[in-house]
Amino acid sequence: MVKEIERAGIPVVHICTVVPISQTVGANRIVPAVAIPHPLGEPSQPAQKEKEIRRKLIDKALEALATEISEQTVFE
Amino acid sequence: MRLEIGKIPIHDVQFDSTSRIEGNILYLNQEELKAHLMVDENIKSITVEIARPGDSTRIIPVKDVIEPRVKVSGRGELFPGTLSKVETVGEGRTNVLKGTAVVTTGKIVGFQEGIIDMSGPGAEYTPFSKLVNVVVVCEPIEGIDQYTHERTLRIAGLKAAAYLGNLAKDIVAEEVETYETYSVKEGIEKFPNLPRVAYVLMLQTQGLLHDTYVYGVDMKQSLTTIIYPTELMDGAIVSGNCVSACDKNTTYHHLNNPVVEDLFKKHGKELNFVGVVITNENVYLEDKERSSDWAAKLVDFLAVDGVIISQEGFGNPDTDLIMNCKKIEAKGIKTVIITDEYAGRDGASQSLADADASADAVVTAGNANMVIELPPMEKVIGHKEVADVIAGGFSGSLKADGSITAELQVIVGATNELGYNKLSAR
Amino acid sequence: MSKIRVVHYINQFFGQIGGEEKADHKPEAREGLVGPGMAFQASFKDKAEIVGTVICGDSYFNENIEAATEELLKMIEEFKPDLFIAGPAFNAGRYGMACGSIAASVKEKLGIPVLTGMYKENPGADSFKSKVYIVSTRDSAAGMRDAIKLMAPLALKLALGEPIGTADEEGYIPTGIRVNLFEEKRGSERAVEMLLKKLKGEEYTTEFPMPDFDRVEPSPAVKDITKAKIALVTSGGIVPKGNPDRIESSSASKYAKYDIEGVEDLTAEEYETAHGGYDPVYANQDADRVLPVDVLREYEKEGKIGKLHRYFYTTTGNGTSVANSKKFAISIAKDLVADGVDAVILTST
Repeated sequence: MVKEIERAGIPVVHICTVVPISQTVGANRIVPAVAIPHPLGEPSQPAQKEKEIRRKLIDKALEALATEISEQTVFE
Repeated sequence: MRLEIGKIPIHDVQFDSTSRIEGNILYLNQEELKAHLMVDENIKSITVEIARPGDSTRIIPVKDVIEPRVKVSGRGELFPGTLSKVETVGEGRTNVLKGTAVVTTGKIVGFQEGIIDMSGPGAEYTPFSKLVNVVVVCEPIEGIDQYTHERTLRIAGLKAAAYLGNLAKDIVAEEVETYETYSVKEGIEKFPNLPRVAYVLMLQTQGLLHDTYVYGVDMKQSLTTIIYPTELMDGAIVSGNCVSACDKNTTYHHLNNPVVEDLFKKHGKELNFVGVVITNENVYLEDKERSSDWAAKLVDFLAVDGVIISQEGFGNPDTDLIMNCKKIEAKGIKTVIITDEYAGRDGASQSLADADASADAVVTAGNANMVIELPPMEKVIGHKEVADVIAGGFSGSLKADGSITAELQVIVGATNELGYNKLSAR
Repeated sequence: MSKIRVVHYINQFFGQIGGEEKADHKPEAREGLVGPGMAFQASFKDKAEIVGTVICGDSYFNENIEAATEELLKMIEEFKPDLFIAGPAFNAGRYGMACGSIAASVKEKLGIPVLTGMYKENPGADSFKSKVYIVSTRDSAAGMRDAIKLMAPLALKLALGEPIGTADEEGYIPTGIRVNLFEEKRGSERAVEMLLKKLKGEEYTTEFPMPDFDRVEPSPAVKDITKAKIALVTSGGIVPKGNPDRIESSSASKYAKYDIEGVEDLTAEEYETAHGGYDPVYANQDADRVLPVDVLREYEKEGKIGKLHRYFYTTTGNGTSVANSKKFAISIAKDLVADGVDAVILTST
């Protein structure tokens, strides 16, 4: 999915847990997520802390979108 | 255009006081041959050796391999524009000495050329191990430039082949094969229901020791053009390249182009073989675009249904190959391409430098990076120390005992992209 | 000759431990065979014996690759196997990744022959086909019998060190490793025959399938993220409660587009996941864990981003064919371009 949206000229950041799959399918900007059932959450943490984790991931994603890249890049 | 090929089988070559063919033996007065070649003032020395199938013999570095032929009737002589006068060939009758070839060797400008082993594992990969080879070791005078050096050796090989070929001028061959290409109109009338097929023959044209000559013209300076398949059989195309010897077409390959031969086998039965389009593989992108545009335009003009495209070499010519394929397919003409692979020694790398989805019918001549061990040979003709520097060899390739560890790349014709061999890869 | 000792790897589902809710199941070893092992054993007859089965939850493996691999290797080694088989995983992505990964590790660390099987579009296939033999299976467990028919004999061949035929002959996914061989006919003759077939519209096999160079050039970065209109897209199956458009839980045939104008937070009362490939509990509790609407709204107010696009797009990535996802994405992209979206955050589970 990532590829076809990117092909339309819109930068995409892929937030996902299994990074190798994302690399195989050809995403260009990749942000590793927390876990498969809750990529942007951490249920074991209190609500405030969990939201902080989500903010960090979104920050990373926005940073990725604002970064010029020439090849597949994982933003850790 | 119609050509008869008279085949004269040669089972052995022996030195003798008179050069002649008797039965299936070619007798050679080597002094006469040497004198014939020494006329060229750029040549310092010539030696002639015979290498037979099964001999413990290695020929290195190989410049070219040429089959002896002679015109019996019809216009022109062999190798027009290069050795003989420019005159259109490909008609009448040509006699061929089957089973033998001239192989040229000698230190070649410190460049890199191939190996022919007459026995052992290396022999399985080169078609020339099955021939009785007249090896011409040619050393030039000091101080000549590389281009002159290359041309001197190229011409010496052609001359030697012509000398041997001439011995068969008056022989009436028992086996004669006829090849005939019809004009566009004739072909359509004769075979209205057969698919029209052309052959796009890509010629390496990338500079010194990477060039090809057509009627004496350096093909890199030519636009893509059309030639009758029988013209090839009379030496219209001459090889000037031998680097990364596995996938370079020797003059022998051009004379015996297997795609031409196999298309003729089905000609008039399952297809109508309308002709050959020859195109180059130049080093500029602009040239690549122009030449492939022309290839597509010419096959379209010939109104063909299908095309076989053969590549020569690898690397940037992969782009020429893909451009030809893509542009011809875009005209609605079906293609099959013949190439070879550079997939790394472990076979795991990307095989081609370029690719396109339209290239959906590929014949491969194998992975040239495969490493092969060549055991020592009792006799080495040429210069064995070049094993370290020839393409496909690497430092330490040549062992003290004379054995060589190298990539298949070093073996003359091993992954020939005209499809001359049975080697392939999956 | 003694029987070949086989260890078999399966996931929590085939280990009959449970479905997605047990995907975090930790590695476990059992003597003898479990589940699909039975069919393998029947096919091996007395030539080989499944001496042990190791089971691991798909999520656990993929989220703890190193630890899981280490634990599993220890368990596998204790069975002293001659041969290791993983799966088959069909089109289950995480199971496929696990099968490929553990098989590759066993081959490397324990030095024994390994074999796995999966659907050709399983991401595990692309990731591991050059490292281990992967038998090409159908996309669901309905293909179990066919898979074992191919896998069992190939596994025995591998264990006995017999020569392995080409991908076509043996039924494995081409490894991408190029191996030289001598054909019966020369190349030019093969080319002429191939062309005649192609001209007649008959089937032919190319000797070198073109590699998938289908990489997309990265789009230029967003110049000013604080002005950008950002859209959310997910393959995590987040939908309004009740799944009004009935997006399939796996092998989705469609995607949907939902208006989130005025929505500040995806609450458990109003949103859930339709995805059948992962434990839905966390996403059902709080869908922002998959589709972070809450934080992006926050950022929109704070001016960290220009605007959160009024619609989000959703489908389930579970077992959905590449062709379908591609189709969805092309149509979604068209929408996004028309709406002047500057950037996309795509989340996957």
